[in-house]
Order: sequence, then structure tokens, then C-alpha cells
Amino acid sequence: MSPAPQTLSGWGRFPVGDAVVATPADRAGMARVVEGDHGAGLIARGLGRAYGDSAFVAGGTVVETARIDRFRGFDPQSGLLDVEAGVSFAEIIALFLPRGWFLPTTPGTKYVTVGGAIAADVHGKNHHRHGSIGMFVERIDVMVADGTVVRCSRGENADLFHATLGGMGLTGMIMAACFRLVRVETSRVTVDYHRTADLEETLTVFESGDAGSEHSVAWIDCMASGRAMGRSVVMQGRNTPLGELSPEARRDPFGLPRKRVKSVPFTPPVGLLNSLSVRVFNEVFYAAHGNRRKVVDLDTFFYPLDSIRHWNRLYGPRGFIQYQAFFPRKSSLDGLRELLSTIVASGAASFLAVLKSCGPADGSMLSFLEPGHTLALDIPYRRGVIEALCGRLDRILLEHGGRLYLAKDALMDGTTFRAMYPRLDEFLAVKRRYDPAGLFASSQSRRLGITPA
Amino acid sequence: MSRTPKRDAPRNVILVGATSGIARPLGRRLVARGWNLVVTGRDAARLAPLADDLRVRGSGTVATLVFDPSDGAAVAGLFGAAAALLGAPLDGIIICHGTLPDESGALLDVGQTRDAIDTGFTSAAMVLAAAARALEDRPGAFLAAISSVAGDRGRQSNYTYGAAKAGLTAYLSGLRNRLHPRGVAVITVKPGIVRTPMTEGLAAARSPLATDADTVARDIERAILRRQDVLYTPWFWWPVMTVIGAIPEAIFKRLKL
Repeated sequence: MSPAPQTLSGWGRFPVGDAVVATPADRAGMARVVEGDHGAGLIARGLGRAYGDSAFVAGGTVVETARIDRFRGFDPQSGLLDVEAGVSFAEIIALFLPRGWFLPTTPGTKYVTVGGAIAADVHGKNHHRHGSIGMFVERIDVMVADGTVVRCSRGENADLFHATLGGMGLTGMIMAACFRLVRVETSRVTVDYHRTADLEETLTVFESGDAGSEHSVAWIDCMASGRAMGRSVVMQGRNTPLGELSPEARRDPFGLPRKRVKSVPFTPPVGLLNSLSVRVFNEVFYAAHGNRRKVVDLDTFFYPLDSIRHWNRLYGPRGFIQYQAFFPRKSSLDGLRELLSTIVASGAASFLAVLKSCGPADGSMLSFLEPGHTLALDIPYRRGVIEALCGRLDRILLEHGGRLYLAKDALMDGTTFRAMYPRLDEFLAVKRRYDPAGLFASSQSRRLGITPA
Repeated sequence: MSRTPKRDAPRNVILVGATSGIARPLGRRLVARGWNLVVTGRDAARLAPLADDLRVRGSGTVATLVFDPSDGAAVAGLFGAAAALLGAPLDGIIICHGTLPDESGALLDVGQTRDAIDTGFTSAAMVLAAAARALEDRPGAFLAAISSVAGDRGRQSNYTYGAAKAGLTAYLSGLRNRLHPRGVAVITVKPGIVRTPMTEGLAAARSPLATDADTVARDIERAILRRQDVLYTPWFWWPVMTVIGAIPEAIFKRLKL
């Protein structure tokens, strides 16, 4: 009995595709799914926060990891956490922050699973110092195409390890992983806000302040043009030590404010984030953040958008795409300038635009970041217009030796992808070794030619 | 400003059928309160990872016990074995095991009917009998069992399951009456349609009335703490079943519910 297909999309709500959904509860159940027949392919899905089409496969089967969500062990000496793939970062924080531990790095939402975080090799505001999550992963258990679980690490089955990390779920089902949590003394971050006048100053502030800052990120005004192009509010933070808390805050050092979670209850018929509303927001945000120091809680610093449930609905029924570009250090300034001026000229609004400096690569075969800069921005989807714009942006990336992040991509073509990811052939060789029949595939992998279309 | 977990005096509790869809989130909630658990199930291979999970999440003791509630000798020895594992007397039991026979197609045969009644009623009643004898002299103790709204009225789609649950509801009601003077609480849990592995693939699981298991677990946790007699979860099943119960049989027999 095969259940009816469901319509799925990524967080950007573009594109969509129909797939059969399975939700096994354990390893035996997962093995039964893997052994089945899956049409266009089989791909894992965690909390669906990848923006484009990487966590579903139209015409195939999507395996949700929601019930593969057990903790397997924790070593309070080393901070090593052993968990199943479906455990979310939110759950890890809820359980371990009160015990004085935090994630080694985190993306801008805590509603991601461990499996998804490893498959996308996620990075956060501390990439310039520590690299992406892969730097903290000790080992991964992967159920490969024959239904067996292969344990891999830097020392054991290293080929599978480096292909699975950042491999977008295409080597097999990530079942469990072991990675290190880090000690924190409080649930707060001490942040220095620095308002910059243009792109060059933003990069200079990164250059001078990043070495001394655990976390660093810039909100960038993508509507500002001319001399103000690239003006930003740079936020550089460090975990607040216990000694810097007020005596009353010290009584509950790991507490977090109970925020009223707001929700976008339905999708408005037209997107509310247009060039006018975004321009107003950007002006207000820029004006509101002068140069100062402030102590904020972890939720506010790392997960500002998590306080608005279903915020992705604000872009209306057509959805949006997120474009996240990386430029290596030597070409950052020129590349970012060209990218920003193209976006400004197109008039495409971007509500959320984030610029960040990047540190060490972690050796994964489809690794996205290395020393340089990455810019992420939202663009409301408009058929035809967005395809043309992204095509232009992709060419700018290629000219400057940059690349696009697979966890966000929804539109790139196979030729562009191949040019951006030089270790693709090495990755494909590993995939063939563990998945000779090409079982694991997503709509994205078929579009990019990683698996046959 | 707080997310530091709530703690109360640790309690020693047996969770029967701990790998079931509702028991999983319920166990997580109880260990987060610092309670000590004996988790039981028939399959040791499924019990071990569940217990590991609860140990990481909680601060108390979590022991595993491979236990078949249809085995009379095992039921008689349950409380002794559990107390030995925790090194302390028990103060509560939560019975979560169960199966849902598929009554949507052909009529159940004789064997299937017997299996449905045995699992849904006989085994649960046996465990409750053992629990009542073990806990009757422990004021403050509790016995909770998962019955079902299906036990409130027999419907063509699940009357065998419903009959077993009706028996269980009646048993719990009488036991509550009996143990109330001793200060022991008996809690009847009546969930509606819950999305769990037990209901996966059934049309009912896609009903707008279906609930996720964690919501039901949260309600059960609260009912145990409040020592509530009968819990409908989610709450709207109480008015729904009241209406269904009030329909005259002459009309009811013509309905497709």
C-alpha cells in the first residue's frame, strides 16, 4: 500500500514538487524504506529549512527523520554528543544550555535537525574563527543504498565522511552523528554594534575586529546605492562570561526570556515584503543601530527570525529564493561590489541580507566556504525576472572564483554548478561506490546533474 | 527569564509499553522532571536505544525490563522486578501498550477478535490487578492506563478495539472507586486519534481531528500531576463523545462513523 504523494517545498516555498512521504521510527523501519522502489529517487528531510529543492524529490520518496530523534549518549568531560539524525538544534539547546553547553556553531535558525545540518555542512556567525559544523563532527553513521549502516570519520571510511559532510543527503541516509558541544558560562552574548558607511568600511571592520570576536556578522542594506552601497550594521559578539552578568541575572545564568512567539497565520495573497516596505525597514534598522555595546540573549543574537513562526509566508504565494554567494578573499571586494550593484539596479527587494567573513574550509568534497566573504539575501520570486537576475549573479560569481550555497540554491544550472565545485568528480566517485544504482537523489541533484535528470 | 527545567520530588514509576508512540514523548517529559523510570517492552533491541535517550535527557535512573503483559507469571512478578531495578519501592505505573486491529475491511475472524480483546483488555487488566495489590498501601501512588474514546461507544469501524477499551474504562472506574479511600489515584486516559506508528497509514491519521503524540503526552503528564480521574485528550473529544453517546441507537445504527 503506497500512500498518496504530498506536495512539498523548501523554506522558500519555491519550487514545489509531489513526493511520497515516509516517517520510519527506527533503523529497521528505515532499512525497509531504503529497500523499496522509489521512482525518481529517495532523499531525507529534516525540518525542511533548506530553501530550495534539496530536501524533496518530485516523483520519488521523501524520508522524514522526525521519529529518528533519540539521544544516544553525552560525555560531560569532552562535550561529545551522540545523537540520531532527527534531533533538532532547538532540542539540544533546551536540554544542554541549562547544563552549560551550547552548539559549536549554528545557522540562523535552531529549527534544523542534526542530519540536515551535517548534510548542508551548516555554518554560523563564528565561521571566521572555527569553520562550519563539519569541524566539530567526529563521526557519522550513514545507511547506504544496500540498507547497511556504515560508520565513517576522518580515520574510518574517510571517503564517505568527506562526501556525506555537505553532501546534501546524496550518499545515503544520515542516521546518527557524534559532534562536540562547547562550554558557555551564560546564555548571553556581549555584542558590539558598528555602523559602517559603505562596503569597504564593512570589510575593514571585519578585518580589524574579527580576530578578537567569537561571533561576527553584518546586516547589510541591499537597497542602498551609490556611495552608500554596502552600508551595514556589523555585530561582533562574544559569549558573556558569568562575571559580567548583573547580580540578579547571575541567579539564573542560563535562563532565556520567554518570548511571545508571533506567527504569520496564513499566506497573504500578495507578498508583503516589497521594495517599499523593505526600504522603510532598512532605513529604520540602519538608523536605530548606532555604535554601542549591548548584552543580549542567545535567542535574540542567533535566532532573531525564529520568534516569528512561518515568516516565509510573508513573501506571498509565489515564495522567494535565497541567494547565498561566496567570494574568496582576494576577489571579495570587487565581487561583492558587482553583485550588490546588479541587485540594486534590478530593484529586487531583499529584506534579509547578511554579510559575513569566512574562515577555514573543513575538507568536505562539496565544501561551500573557505577564507573570504559570504553574502546571503532573499529575493521574492517572480517568474522569468528572477531566473534572469540569478543567471547574471551566477556569472559574476564565476568570474570572481565564487560559488553558490547548495542549501539555498533553487535555480542554478548544472554547468555553473560544475564550475563552482571543483571536487565534484571525487564526490561522484564516492557516491557510485556506496550508491551504485543512484537511489539517493533530490530535485536539486537532478536539476544540477549530480544524478541523472 | 527561565528555561531551567521544573523539578519535583523524584518518583519511581513503571512505564509499560514504553516504545509506543504516546509513551515515547511521555517518558521524555517524566525524566525531564527528574523521575526514575522502569521502561518495559517486549523487544530488548528497541528498549535499549529508548532508555539511552531517556538517560541523556533526564537526571534520574532509567532501567529497562523486557516484559510481556500477556504473560501472567511475568505480570505477577512485575513490581518485585521493577523495585529491584530501582532499588526503591514504586509509586506509580502508566500502561501504554496496545495494538489497533484493522477493522475497516473484512470482519475480524475468531482469532483476531480474541487477540484484540486480550491485548486491549485482558493484559491491561492483569497489570492493573498486580499494580493495585502492590500500591494499595501507598497513599499518594497512582495508576494510569491509556484507554480510548473508542470505548465510549461501539462504532462499525473499530468496535472490537472499542469493546476492549470499554472494558478497560469500566475496570479503571471500579478500581478508582475501590482505591480512592486508600489515597491511591486511578487515571483513565482517553485519547482521540493520535498520529503514531500504530495509526500510520490509516485514513484516520489524516483526519483534521488527529493530534500529535506530544500534545497527548503533555495532557497525560498534567493529569498525573493533578491526579485527575478521567482525561479526554485533546479536550474536544469530551463534547464530541458526549454528542455521539447521546444519539439514539435507532439512528446510530444507520450512521457511518
